[in-house]
Amino acid sequence: MEYILKNGIVYDPTNKVNGDKKDVMIKDGKIVDEVSSDAKVIDVTDKLVMAAGVDVHSHIAGPKLCVGRLYRPEDERRGVKPKTATTRAETGFSIPSCPTTGYRYSRMGYGTVTEAAVPPLEAKHTHEEIMAIPNIDISPLTLFGNNWFVLQYVKEGNLDDLAAFVSSWLKITKGYGIKCVNPCGSEAWGWGMNVHGIDDPAPYWDVTGRQVMRALVQVNEMLGLPHSMHVHTNDLGHPGNYETTLKTMDCVKDIKKNPSVSRDQIMHCTHLQFHAYGGTSWRDANSGAEPIADYINKHDHITCDVGQVTLDETTTMTADAPMEYDLYKLSGLKWANKDIELETASGLIPCIYSGKAPVSTLQWAIGLELFLLIKDPWKVVLTTDSPNAGPFLRYPRIISWLMSSDRRTEMMENKEVHKWATKRTSLGTLDRVYDWNDIATVTRSAPAKILGFKERGHLGVGANADVAVYDLEPEKFDPTKAANAPVVEDVLSRALYTIKDGQIVVKDGKIAKVVPSRHLWSNVQGFEKQEKKVLNDIMPMFNKYYTIKFENYKVHDHYIEPSIEYKVNASK
Amino acid sequence: MAYEEPVTDYDKIVENCTCAFCGSNCDDLDYLVKDNRVVAVRHACRLGASKIMEDEDQRLIVPMIRDETGELVETDWDTALDKAAELIANAVRPLFYGWSETSIECMKKGLKLTEYVGAVIDNQATICHGPTVQAVQNVGYPLMTLGEVKNRADMVVYSGSNPMNAHPRHLSRYTMFPRGWFRPRGRYDRTLVTWDPKFSDTAKMSDIWVPFEENGDYEFVNAIRAVLKGKELKKDVIAGIPKEDIIELTEAMKNVEFGALFFGLGLTHTLSKQRNIDIAIQLVQDLNAYTKWVLLPMRGHFNVNGFNIFLSYEMGFPYGVDFCRGYPRYMIGETTTIDLLNRREPDVFMVIAADPGAHFPGGALAHLTNIPVIQIDIHWGPSTELADVVLPGTFIGVETAGTSYRMDSVPIHMKKAIDPPETCREDEWIVNELYERVKKIKEASK
Repeated sequence: MEYILKNGIVYDPTNKVNGDKKDVMIKDGKIVDEVSSDAKVIDVTDKLVMAAGVDVHSHIAGPKLCVGRLYRPEDERRGVKPKTATTRAETGFSIPSCPTTGYRYSRMGYGTVTEAAVPPLEAKHTHEEIMAIPNIDISPLTLFGNNWFVLQYVKEGNLDDLAAFVSSWLKITKGYGIKCVNPCGSEAWGWGMNVHGIDDPAPYWDVTGRQVMRALVQVNEMLGLPHSMHVHTNDLGHPGNYETTLKTMDCVKDIKKNPSVSRDQIMHCTHLQFHAYGGTSWRDANSGAEPIADYINKHDHITCDVGQVTLDETTTMTADAPMEYDLYKLSGLKWANKDIELETASGLIPCIYSGKAPVSTLQWAIGLELFLLIKDPWKVVLTTDSPNAGPFLRYPRIISWLMSSDRRTEMMENKEVHKWATKRTSLGTLDRVYDWNDIATVTRSAPAKILGFKERGHLGVGANADVAVYDLEPEKFDPTKAANAPVVEDVLSRALYTIKDGQIVVKDGKIAKVVPSRHLWSNVQGFEKQEKKVLNDIMPMFNKYYTIKFENYKVHDHYIEPSIEYKVNASK
Repeated sequence: MAYEEPVTDYDKIVENCTCAFCGSNCDDLDYLVKDNRVVAVRHACRLGASKIMEDEDQRLIVPMIRDETGELVETDWDTALDKAAELIANAVRPLFYGWSETSIECMKKGLKLTEYVGAVIDNQATICHGPTVQAVQNVGYPLMTLGEVKNRADMVVYSGSNPMNAHPRHLSRYTMFPRGWFRPRGRYDRTLVTWDPKFSDTAKMSDIWVPFEENGDYEFVNAIRAVLKGKELKKDVIAGIPKEDIIELTEAMKNVEFGALFFGLGLTHTLSKQRNIDIAIQLVQDLNAYTKWVLLPMRGHFNVNGFNIFLSYEMGFPYGVDFCRGYPRYMIGETTTIDLLNRREPDVFMVIAADPGAHFPGGALAHLTNIPVIQIDIHWGPSTELADVVLPGTFIGVETAGTSYRMDSVPIHMKKAIDPPETCREDEWIVNELYERVKKIKEASK
C-alpha cells in the first residue's frame, strides 16, 4: 500500500525539517521520496505531522506490572471501556491491561516503547505480555545491576567474561539493552538493607555501585550495543541525592564510546527528576535540578529522561525495592515486593501525587526545571517513568506545560500547586517554552537516537513509516497561551492518524486497525566462543543456586513472535 | 512401600520436563519413555509421578454426548464440538470455569471465546486462594521467588499448609534442605516452624511447632504483631499458646537474617478468611522494619497462579470476570462462580481442567445438574457425571507443550515428551474450535 500525506506541516528534527509544508510518502512500510500514481492521497493540509513517538523508558509489560494489576483492582476500574468492533475492552489507569496499553500509546501517536526493566528469570512473562500488547514495537531492557554473576565478574575485574555473559544473557532473555537499577542496592535488599551512594558496597559481595556501573558501561561499549547502558542511579527519591547523581554521571566520563554506534552518550540516566533533590530530609528538601542540568549542559557523555510527575494517583513500581519499602514507611499504603533469585528485586506501592502536597509539588517542579534548564533537547527525553511519576497517557498534558510558560505561572498563581514550587525551586523564574520542533525532539528524534534506532523517530527516506498526524494547525495556533493548554492536551491525546509501518492504525483518535507489536532485541555477533566458555564456567553455580533448569530458563523463540533482531557486530 | 526394581527397559529419556501437578512446578523431571508411554519418572514426588505415569486407566479418550436416556455415548469430534458450540452460542449467561491445569496458550483461546460471547470466566482461585487475593488487595503483597528462600532463608514458617503431603518437594527443592549460597549446610542452617492446629507431617519434622487452636489463627498472629510493636499481652494464653511462647517466637522471628512465611488454605479458609491473610501480610510488613521477611501463598494447581496472572495482564482482573456488558467486571460475590451458581444464573457451564463435581458445595452442584455442562478434561471425574458433552483434551507437560506459572510466578515452558492418544485433541485446539464454531452460528443468525 502506498500513501501520500499531503501538505502537512512537518517537524522532523533528525532531518532538520522545522515546520515546513511538505508531503510524506510511504511505500511498503517505509518512508520513500517517490510513490506511484496509485498511492492513496491523505489530505492533511496544514496539520501537525511528526514521526511516531518513541518512548525511552516506560513500565508496560512484565511481572511487577502484573502484581500491580492483581493487587489494585481499584486502579483497573478507572478507565474501563467496552469492546468495539476493532478493539477489546479497556481497563486500568496507571497499570492498564496489555491491550489497553497498546491502544493508548497508539492513540497518542506513539510507535515504539522501551520496557525498562526485565528480570531475566521472568523474561518469558514480559514477552508474553508484549504479545498481548498491540500496535507498538517494544524494546525490553534486561536487568544486570544486581545480578550475582555480574557482581562476581566485577569483583574479579574480569570484563571480558562479563561482556560474554551480557551478550549471552541478552540472547537468552531476548533483551535490547543493559539496564542497571540501584546497583548493589537491590542486592542489599535481599537482607532488607540498601546502599547509600555509589561507594557503599553490597553486603558480602564487597562490590560498589561505582564498580558495577563502570563495568557495565565498559562492557556496553565493548559489545557496541545500539543503546548505551541505561541506569537508575543509587539513592532514588532521597533528599540530597543530587550529589550521588552527579558522582554517578562523572564516574564513567573517561570511558571511550564504541566508534561504530550512532548515539552520542555512553550512559543514559533515567527518570532524573527522582534523583535531583537537595536538602537533608523532606522538611528542608529543595531542588537539585540546577547542578544536574549544568553538568549535562557541559558534558556530552550523558543523556537523560525526566520522569515528570503528573500530579495523579498512580502506582509506583521499580526494581529499586528498598526505596519502595521507604515509601511504605512514609505513606503506609499497601506495599508489594518481589525479589528475584540471583538477579534483582522489585517493589510496588500506590502513590498519590497531589498539587496540594508540598513534596509532590516539589517533584513536579523539579521535573519541569530539568526540561527547561537542560539546553539541548537532544539530551533530554519526555517520560513519566510510567507509571511511577504518572501514567504515560499524561504525556500530552506535560507537553502543554512545556509549551506554555503562562500556563505554568497560572498553575503557581492559582494555587493548583503548592507554594513550594516557587519557594524551593527556580521554576517561577524560568520562562523558556518548547516549540513544536523541541517537542518533536524530546518525544521522537532524541529517544530514537539515544536508543540507537536508525529507522525510527524520523521521516527521512528509508525510515519506518511510523507517522503521527495531529488535528492541529501549528501555523495558526498559539500553544504558549495558557488558555490553549487544554487544547494541546486534547489534540495530542487523539491523533488524527497514527501510521505504523505504513498501515493506518489510528484514525480520528480511534483505533482503526490492530497489528501485533514486535519484540526488538539485540543479537551480538562475534562473541560466540567466549559465550560458550562463560556458560560452561557458570553452569555449576547456575544449577546449584537457581531453582529452575537452564533449559527452561531461556526465552524460547515462540515467545517473541513477531520480532526484529538487531545484529550487533561486536568485533568492530 | 515395597521395593521396586529400577526401570531399565526404555527407549529414551526426556530430561528437564516440568511436573503438571502442584504449584511447585518442579522442572527437573526425567521421563523414561518406551513405545510413546512414560514408563518411569525420575526426581518427581509420588504425587507427580503417579499423575504422569498412571493416568491411563481413567483417561477420557473419545468425545461423548449424553443421550435422552441419560447415558454418555461416544461420538465423533464434529458432532461433539457442534453440540457444545450450539449450547454456548444459544446461552444467555454462559460460565467458563477451570483453566488451572491447562496452558496459558489455551487460556488465550478461552478468553477470546469469553469476550466474544460475553461470558463469565473464572478459575479455581474462586474456591481456594480467592481470599488471599482479596487480602493482597487490602494490604499488599511482599513476596519473592523460591530461590531467594533457598539461598538466603534461615527461618521458614509454614502455616495452614502441609507441604510434606501436598507439595512434597517444596522443602527438599526450595526451602529447607537445599544448600543455598548463604546457607551452605542446608537444613542445619535453617529453622523450620509450623503453625498448625494439627500435628501434620510437616509439623513432625519442624524445629518449632505452634499448635494454636482451630480458628485461632487471627488471634495468634495478632498477638505476635502486638509483641512486635512493644505491647504487653494481657492474657496468659492466647489462641491456646502460652504468652511466653509467643514472646519467644516473636524474638526469634525478629532476629533471623531472612525469614519466609508460606501459607495454605488452612489459613485462608478458617473462620476469619481473608482477615487471616491480611494480618499475616501485615506481620511480614512489620517484621521488615527489623529484618528481611517475605511470604508466599502455597498455590495448589500447577497453573492456578498462571490463570490469575494471565487474566490480569489481558483484562486487568485476576479471576471471576464477567464480560456480559462488553467490558470486564470483577465483583467478588457477584461475578464469582459459586455465587453465580447459587443464584442459578448460568444457563451453560463449561469446565476445563478442573473438577467442580468433586469440590463445589451442594447448592452450586444442584444447579449444575439442571443446566448443560460441557467438560474438557483428560480424566474421568465426578464432573464427567454432570457433563452433557465431554471433550477429551491432552496432558500439558507430557503430551502437549505449554506455558505455566509457578506459585512464585516464575514462568516455565513445559515441554512435550510423548504424543497424545490419537483420538484426543489439544485443549488449545478444542477451545479454538469452539470459538470458530460459535462464531459461525452467531454470524449465521445475524
